[in-house]
Amino acid sequence: MDVFGSFALLLAFVCAAYAFLGGIAAIRTRHPLLIKSARQAGMATCGLIFLATFSLEYLFFTDNFSVAYVVSHSNRDLSTFYKIAALWSGMEGSLLFWSFLLAIYVLSVLITYRNKNGELMPYVGVVMAGVQLFFLTLSNFVESPFKALAAAGPDGVMSFITRQDGNGLNALLQYPEMVIHPPNLYSGYTGFTIPFAFALGALLARYPGEKWIHLTRKWTMIAWMFQSAGILLGAHWAYAVLGWGGYWGWDPVENASLLPWLTGTAFLHSVMMQEKRGMMKVWNVWLVFTTFLLCILGTFLTRSGVVSSVHAFAQSNIGPWFVAFMGITLAICLGAYLKNRDYLASENHLDSMISRESSFLFNNLLFLVACIAVLSGTLFPVFSEWFTGNRISVGAPYFNRVNIPIGLLILFLTGVGPLLAWRKTSAESLKRNFGWPVLTGVAVGAVAFALGFRVFFSVVCLSLCVFVAATILLEFYRGARVIRARSGASYPACAIDLTMRNTRRYGGYIIHMGMVFVFIGLAGAAFNRDVQKSMQVGQTLQIGPYTLMLQGADTKPEQNYTAQRMLVEALHDNKPIMMLFPEKRRFAGNNQENGTMVAIYSTWKEDLYVVFAGIDPETKEPVIHAFLNPLVKWIWFGGVVVVFGTIVALLPNRRSVLVLAPSQQPSAVEPLPPALTSSVALREGHD
Amino acid sequence: MVESNFNRPDFSLARESLAWGALARGPWRETKMKKQAKFGIGIGIIVVALGFLAWLGYGESKTYYHTIAELQNLNSSARAQRMRVGGTVAVGSIRRMPGRVDFVLEGEGKALPVSYAGSDPLPDTFVDKSQALVEGHLGPDGRFVAEHVQAKCASKYEAAPGGDTKGAAGSATQPSSR
Repeated sequence: MDVFGSFALLLAFVCAAYAFLGGIAAIRTRHPLLIKSARQAGMATCGLIFLATFSLEYLFFTDNFSVAYVVSHSNRDLSTFYKIAALWSGMEGSLLFWSFLLAIYVLSVLITYRNKNGELMPYVGVVMAGVQLFFLTLSNFVESPFKALAAAGPDGVMSFITRQDGNGLNALLQYPEMVIHPPNLYSGYTGFTIPFAFALGALLARYPGEKWIHLTRKWTMIAWMFQSAGILLGAHWAYAVLGWGGYWGWDPVENASLLPWLTGTAFLHSVMMQEKRGMMKVWNVWLVFTTFLLCILGTFLTRSGVVSSVHAFAQSNIGPWFVAFMGITLAICLGAYLKNRDYLASENHLDSMISRESSFLFNNLLFLVACIAVLSGTLFPVFSEWFTGNRISVGAPYFNRVNIPIGLLILFLTGVGPLLAWRKTSAESLKRNFGWPVLTGVAVGAVAFALGFRVFFSVVCLSLCVFVAATILLEFYRGARVIRARSGASYPACAIDLTMRNTRRYGGYIIHMGMVFVFIGLAGAAFNRDVQKSMQVGQTLQIGPYTLMLQGADTKPEQNYTAQRMLVEALHDNKPIMMLFPEKRRFAGNNQENGTMVAIYSTWKEDLYVVFAGIDPETKEPVIHAFLNPLVKWIWFGGVVVVFGTIVALLPNRRSVLVLAPSQQPSAVEPLPPALTSSVALREGHD
Repeated sequence: MVESNFNRPDFSLARESLAWGALARGPWRETKMKKQAKFGIGIGIIVVALGFLAWLGYGESKTYYHTIAELQNLNSSARAQRMRVGGTVAVGSIRRMPGRVDFVLEGEGKALPVSYAGSDPLPDTFVDKSQALVEGHLGPDGRFVAEHVQAKCASKYEAAPGGDTKGAAGSATQPSSR
């Protein structure tokens, strides 16, 4: 099966090369058969990547310990779930998995548009094939996942060997989120290839108008949704497994996942400027290019260890490949832009400071500055070594100082932006839209201050959250009221009706609401507390209103590891609430590895987070480290809301025949969704 | 015509933007310049303020990477900087004492005695022969006083550096709550 897999991979490489080179030839000659064959080669590439991926999974499931990758990432006792996940637990498999997810996107695109957009698709196909070609080159010739295990015999001759059992999966990875977090994040990384391919293709083809934006909107949102979910799942994983009490540490690998999300989010907003007002065309194209490059950079940072390691590039040989690929891609983007930039001229200009346009502009500016700040902080060790010879890193204070104000400004714009009118907003409408939300926000801030919450940023954040939530609820209420006036249905039914009429706009509001919840959770971090104590059985530890009593300890052998558990009873105001079992896991396998399992009692108000930190070497007593982290649950809940909102926004609008006629705009390529334009009415008081 | 209310302004929007287009090409150019200047100032203020914050944060948290061999050749001002040093934990050197852990880091044939007195428990991966990254200051006696210790289990991470999948190794073994 390993031979089968590597042949599939090699054939995939050949097909991708054909799709790429044949595609270029097809564009040159415009020969219909050549175009068709290039497209079919693209499809075959995807099919062969699927085959290769499945054969690697097959090797894991059949415990084939003659393959090096299987030996280093699996063992016989590993459960089924983690055998699936073992695919992406190392570099070689991750690269194949990248190709696999990309192939799903590419195949969907090729099939969806096989008979449409004949002018554009050959270009898009070539760009997608180019990206696939790069990853297949790595998988075939640099980091092959199908490499057979070989060892030098006593006579010094290398020969293939088969091991009895594998080394097992890294202990830190044996957690349920290992199965869902990387696929989500990678689906985000790979998914941005599609808007990139369309943007570059449209630029190369001088494809008219905003059509590429309309075509790629859903693909971008799908990628964005996976990216958002992936980031939050990663944060949750770090929170639940690593045992340091936090979920985000500005680690290079975390930053790498945030970077394309920042530019991707900026892009999702600024495309509206292009759709509605024909502005920011150059900007949008470059945002997509940047997002894609950051996705590649993210994969590179995660895989190469260039930043976190003490010795740059020492640990991996894929670094130069990635740098070269990013360089070539950037050069092609730049070339295409310089050649065809005239077709990206803006049709309109900014009119007023207080307008939807300017809110989008500032939104984009802030996302971009955040991105630059995070990027330069992450790569600081690399650049400082180049320029000064000293490897200097920056830590959390740097990232927090810049990004907390940016986050709050963006949160503010989240509330303000959607309610400002295009072009110019009147003072009267400002008062009507923002009067109540501002009052509630300020009131809540004042109450929080009076109650003794004196951390500036947290109080501001809380105020802003209430303000934004109020604007969103007001929007739903107003829209629902209009519908209710006619249909007479209940408010919730009207709100659902309203949402389904314009899924993009109201789905967007739901996403904003989700982000508000995330921010509420982030604001809580300023009030984190922790206590650490070495305890005997029967002793207690006090943290906030909670009392922890150590009841005992036990050892539990599991299939793949042995768990040493502490039995801790948690009491709230001296009333027992639950038993917590923080544990240390000692994994079988060649490396005697440990893992930490945090026990969390989570409420909407706070998380009681208990870690068994080890045995005190002096007293031989277990050390319990307890954290009280307020509002953390809101972050995970916000993530769920964001994903739900994105799904809503992806749904087609409910058809409404009556409204189609008047909303036709003469200049638009496609009629805009009717309710979108109607939103202006509700807001500006033209009715 | 149930929906008419929703859509009426659409006309007005289209009409207005047409009219505006004509105006913008006409004598309104000067105000356009003014507006662009206003935007420029707004953007400038934001960027400068954030740049200042970045500079503050940089000053607070910059940390120099050094190898163990480099430490001996540093001048006095460089010795005072906050730094990160990587190396391999010498076999049998870990001595746990009340409130502090002493060990020796080895690299490039040199050795560096380290004292760790942080409040966080040392990571699970911190054992003999593991690769450790210590962060803190160099004491006057040549002993490194570490505030944070990260450790990687050497045998496991050699093949897949930089963390097995996101978040796993890079941040994974970090005990600090920063």
